[in-house]
Amino acid sequence: MNAVTDRPHPPPAGSGAAAPRRGSQPPGFARTVAALLRKELLVELRTLESVPGMSLFAVTVFVIFHFALNRTGVSGDEAAGILWVTLLLAAMLGVNRLFVADAEEGGFDGFLLAPCDRSALLVAKALALFSYLVVLELVAVPAFALLLLEPSLGPALPDLPGVLLLGDLGIALIGTLVAALAVRTRARDLLGPLLALPLLVPIVIGGARASAPLLVLTHQTAPALRWPLALALYDLIFGLIAYAVFDFLLED
Amino acid sequence: MALELESLTRRYGEREALGGVSLSLGEGQTLVVLGPNGAGKTTLLRVLATLLRPHAGTVRVLGSSLPDESWAVRGRIGLLGHEPLLYRELSARENLRYHARLHGVDFARVDELLGAVKMAARADEQVRMLSRGMVQRVAIARAVLHDPGLLLLDEPRANLDPAGAALVEPLIGPSCGRTRVVCSHDPQADLAGADLVLGLRAGRPALLAGPADVDAQAIEELYG
Repeated sequence: MNAVTDRPHPPPAGSGAAAPRRGSQPPGFARTVAALLRKELLVELRTLESVPGMSLFAVTVFVIFHFALNRTGVSGDEAAGILWVTLLLAAMLGVNRLFVADAEEGGFDGFLLAPCDRSALLVAKALALFSYLVVLELVAVPAFALLLLEPSLGPALPDLPGVLLLGDLGIALIGTLVAALAVRTRARDLLGPLLALPLLVPIVIGGARASAPLLVLTHQTAPALRWPLALALYDLIFGLIAYAVFDFLLED
Repeated sequence: MALELESLTRRYGEREALGGVSLSLGEGQTLVVLGPNGAGKTTLLRVLATLLRPHAGTVRVLGSSLPDESWAVRGRIGLLGHEPLLYRELSARENLRYHARLHGVDFARVDELLGAVKMAARADEQVRMLSRGMVQRVAIARAVLHDPGLLLLDEPRANLDPAGAALVEPLIGPSCGRTRVVCSHDPQADLAGADLVLGLRAGRPALLAGPADVDAQAIEELYG
């Protein structure tokens, strides 16, 4: 059976397949995503398992770099490299936790029993991870500027958030895909990073290259669009791949 | 027919967890599945719930063939398994509203069911704060939330005291009017409401009979 036949198409006319009684209507895609995302954020707000850990990890790494480098600050390629590698490793903490509550508390079965498009779970989880990354950066980037960055962060601000958001989108899509694959294995804590990190290397390269011109002492002309476009293209490709294969990851 | 199974087989790797199961069950009828631990009862329920694929044989649930037409029966099945399928950090009400959203059910039904299982007063406490019996009552409310045509119940009275068991009887008992498949370790209690009894042993059917034909000796042989 393929993923297409497994999606909750409306029953063919005359198939005799009745809808649930009591007049309930299967929810549309957007409503399903909203329900899943709401639940996801509510669970994170109650448990605080992902975002605080990710943020604390990133700040701790910046503190370690601050003392280990023993310099007044970093800029350019070095600054961009430290920022993106730290954000990536912090993101892995969130990726590893993304499906744990579902796997341990039967959330997968509850969702699979509902008459919903399964891709909604991909979108909701990716949106949740994306929002965790944005919050992480709201904490981590000022800490990075304070502890490590030599030039002022101000001049980079008009463009840096855009680059970070493009990177976040890619991390969220790839992270969700890999987390869904790894969570049903015994070695999920190991398998998640092992699968995700190689796939995320292009995000780090693109993000660092796009950020480096923004984190220099003397700003040049407008930054080149080549690397942000490469990031966007990578996001698009992995978005399509994730959409195509996600249903299979939920299959028995 | 609500259920039609013909030589249903399901394997885990090389091991056959379920094999050669054939039976038919009419709408509104109850199938009681008996058998010792590891006999394949839970595997049978998960296949019928579309959560596991059958590896051989034919399976028709509520008129739809599995696994090809799984989409047509999802949302018409209520599953009550060993896991309550509730998020521990969310309240009973939040859990039920989450499932109501996924099934397109009105929130009024959530309140109705919380009242029916006598959980209205503690509906806003996180599930992890509730006793096992209370969690089971909320799980039962979740299983029937969308008014399913087929109920798949794995030891439904587990963790329930007699008062709790009586409370949920109208929702999942023989009088609920739904087609039911009940896995049981309590033949005395469940055979009374059965229309058909399936005994499983090591994944194979060892008994298939009406309840009147299942005596103490047959049960002893099944579990012996």
